[in-house]
Amino acid sequence: MNPVLARRLVGAGVLVVLLALPWMINPYAISTVSRILVFALLAISVNLLTGVTGLPTLGQSAYFGVGAYTGAIVATTVTAVGPVQMLLAALAGAVAAAVTGPVAMRARGVAFLMITLAIGEIAYTAAGRLDPITHGTDGFSGIPPVVPLPGLPPLVIDGLVYYYVLAGFLLLYAVVAVLLRSPFGLALRGLRDNEARLRAVGYPTTAFALTIYCLTGALAGAAGSLWTSAQRFVAPGDMGFQVAALALLAVIIGGLGSMWGSCVGAALVVLTRDYLGGYVAGHGPLLLGILFVLVVYLLPRGLAGTSWRRGSGRSRSRQEART
Amino acid sequence: MTAALELRSVSQHFGSLKAVDDVSFSVTAGSRHAVIGPNGAGKSTLFALIAGTRPATAGRVLLEGRDVSGMREHNRVGHGIVRTFQHSSLFLGCTVLENVLLAAGRRAGTSWSMLRPLRRYRELQDTGHALLDRVGLEDRHAARAGSLSHGERRQLEVAVALACRPRLLLLDEPAAGMSPAETARFSQLVRELPQDVTVLLVEHDLDVVFGLADTVTVLHLGRHLLTGTPADVRASSEVQTAYLGAADSSDLFVEEPS
Amino acid sequence: MLDWLDANLVSMVDGVAYGLLLFTLAVGLSLVFGMMDVLNLAHGTLYLLGAYAAYALSDGSWLGLLVAVVVGLLVGVAGGGLLAALTQPLASRGHLDQALLTLGIAFIAADVLAAVFGSEVLPTAPPNGLTGSASILGHNYPVYRLAFIGIAGALAALVYLLFERSSLGALVRATVADRDMVRAGGIDTRKVMFGVFAFGAALATLGGVLGAPILAPGPGVDETVLVLSLVVVVVGGLGSVPGALLGALLIGQVQTLGVALMPAYAPFLLFGAMLVVLAWRPDGLVSLVRRA
Repeated sequence: MNPVLARRLVGAGVLVVLLALPWMINPYAISTVSRILVFALLAISVNLLTGVTGLPTLGQSAYFGVGAYTGAIVATTVTAVGPVQMLLAALAGAVAAAVTGPVAMRARGVAFLMITLAIGEIAYTAAGRLDPITHGTDGFSGIPPVVPLPGLPPLVIDGLVYYYVLAGFLLLYAVVAVLLRSPFGLALRGLRDNEARLRAVGYPTTAFALTIYCLTGALAGAAGSLWTSAQRFVAPGDMGFQVAALALLAVIIGGLGSMWGSCVGAALVVLTRDYLGGYVAGHGPLLLGILFVLVVYLLPRGLAGTSWRRGSGRSRSRQEART
Repeated sequence: MTAALELRSVSQHFGSLKAVDDVSFSVTAGSRHAVIGPNGAGKSTLFALIAGTRPATAGRVLLEGRDVSGMREHNRVGHGIVRTFQHSSLFLGCTVLENVLLAAGRRAGTSWSMLRPLRRYRELQDTGHALLDRVGLEDRHAARAGSLSHGERRQLEVAVALACRPRLLLLDEPAAGMSPAETARFSQLVRELPQDVTVLLVEHDLDVVFGLADTVTVLHLGRHLLTGTPADVRASSEVQTAYLGAADSSDLFVEEPS
Repeated sequence: MLDWLDANLVSMVDGVAYGLLLFTLAVGLSLVFGMMDVLNLAHGTLYLLGAYAAYALSDGSWLGLLVAVVVGLLVGVAGGGLLAALTQPLASRGHLDQALLTLGIAFIAADVLAAVFGSEVLPTAPPNGLTGSASILGHNYPVYRLAFIGIAGALAALVYLLFERSSLGALVRATVADRDMVRAGGIDTRKVMFGVFAFGAALATLGGVLGAPILAPGPGVDETVLVLSLVVVVVGGLGSVPGALLGALLIGQVQTLGVALMPAYAPFLLFGAMLVVLAWRPDGLVSLVRRA
């Protein structure tokens, strides 16, 4: 079968399953899937920076948190309309990224990673201490249920909240897919492959890097507001090093550069830790550790980079160009 | 007439090491100008200074009379200074066509576009294919740049540089590692470049140099030794001493019987 | 000035102790990173192994401590060798894959250790001769910390001399700078790299054994030590022993004196200091001392 057709069929199949899910599984499971979708968006934002642009990051959780808290504040003080919360959260994420990005831009590689780690940790600590705004380590509760569009009733049923999150996920996924196919998307891959050469063909590479940094900050922020709408509770633990590390690891498992890989990787990480972890009474980290070791040795290019076609020998999957 | 390129007392110091020391010369517009010198003469460093990859410690670089010394590398490209790299420096994860489109897209002003798919930019795609055809890589346009052979990568280097629409093209040892057939093809390509492009060429292969160059600059230990026609350079005893030391050097520039 | 010094002396001495502890922990990480370009995120686990060994084996006697030290060193060498072997196939695959693997190992090890030792932090007492406080310049100071400064200081000096002054150290530094050149000279660089990995790991576990009374073992301590080591390595400069020492002493002071002076900002000081240093000198502090 023609590979393009095969991919389209698989994609359509996945979409059908996602739409039918609330009728297939129980409410607790459906809220888990909501969380997976949001975490997958966070992983996509990490993938954009790390897999596509070549900037390894442990700081996206900071902008995710900024978005989550912004969503909470808007929901409790301004409006319960979801898309408005999402827009303001994305804006907040972008601004936070614009303010902190220039510091990181001076570095590349491990130094960049460490700087983003620092940004993430500082944001996490701040979230725990800015009690008047964030309610500190107690967490921000009392968030009203989300209204999907002005005039519609608030969503209380888990299945309906799931559809709202799914809609947000599909929208943002599509936006990123469009970006990756554009000339700007090609420039990002050029940045990853050879920043020096990109400068030598006339690109202001720092400006491009800062731009994608702000865009991924916005994406993470938007994902954060979806989290708030799904959970109706935000705490500092929803951001910080653990979240950032797991998102990065999800991207590596899925295959650097691949959008769908990042989503599957995110699902694997969450399911391994929470679902399988439930079976082994709190040994979630152990299972995650085993997952990481297995993936590193068995899937050296991640899920997306592995050649799934039988008998194709050493054919390579061009994960860099795919969504 | 304004020189295409003028260097005034350009220097590059690394601590106490002077990689380029007070170098001055001019390059006439439209000419093919070679820069030669024994190893360590500072040729590649000089290129980096002209292109702006590194800022000069002292001195001025003038492009068609305009002082570009303070300009960063990516801005100089916009003014027409385009360089290739001694060791092929390509976007190995992208396809051959994408390598060229990156450069061409910048010149076409489409690089910030985030909404329209790249494949919809018909004119840009046509430009890319035409360039690849010119260097003989059109049939490989969908291959990953990382899978190209050494010679093919050098061809792609040239295509990418040409896609930037240079006014001053800096070729850093373009024939390095090429077979005689590839070298001949490359020399032909340079000869076919339009007259409004000035070509500056660093090269070790003296046959290529003397076959292509209108004028030659000789560097030695970072300093400017001589600028003149190939004949002047051949005849210069200073140059011969620089290359060979003080020993008898009458054989250095002997022409092979054709 | 003297008043200020007097008021903060305890913190500053604490800072030196902490800094020297960080040095023993971070130097292995820095060398492995600078030399083999391997990012080993299981480094904190090594500390934890040493600290748990101290908890389990030292019973207050000098013999107990000695046994703990020997066991710690053996575990460190074994652990380092194992990690070197496991990361070797990933050598060309980049830091992110190495991070994935070593973090996986760290997660597994952390879970096993928590299963064996429980999920509480286990305060570890120093040997009987070194408990209690001494009075120095009118301040009370834990004896063990003073002893630790002495031991760790000697250790740091030893490591420094070994790397900067001995021919073995020159070999290691040469391999950091240009592995292929060393290999061309006929030396098996793989043995050198394994050796460095094992050495660095042994230092980390030794740091755990000796440092347990200061930083007691428990779940999460491996993460703390890893983050601290990474910060020290990045602040000091990758692959440099003097850099690791400078970075460690600075961070040690930040975490003790800094916290004492600015308690309201305590959680922000560590990363704030790192950001300031990196903004000023992206290659780390060692670039200040290096001759151009």
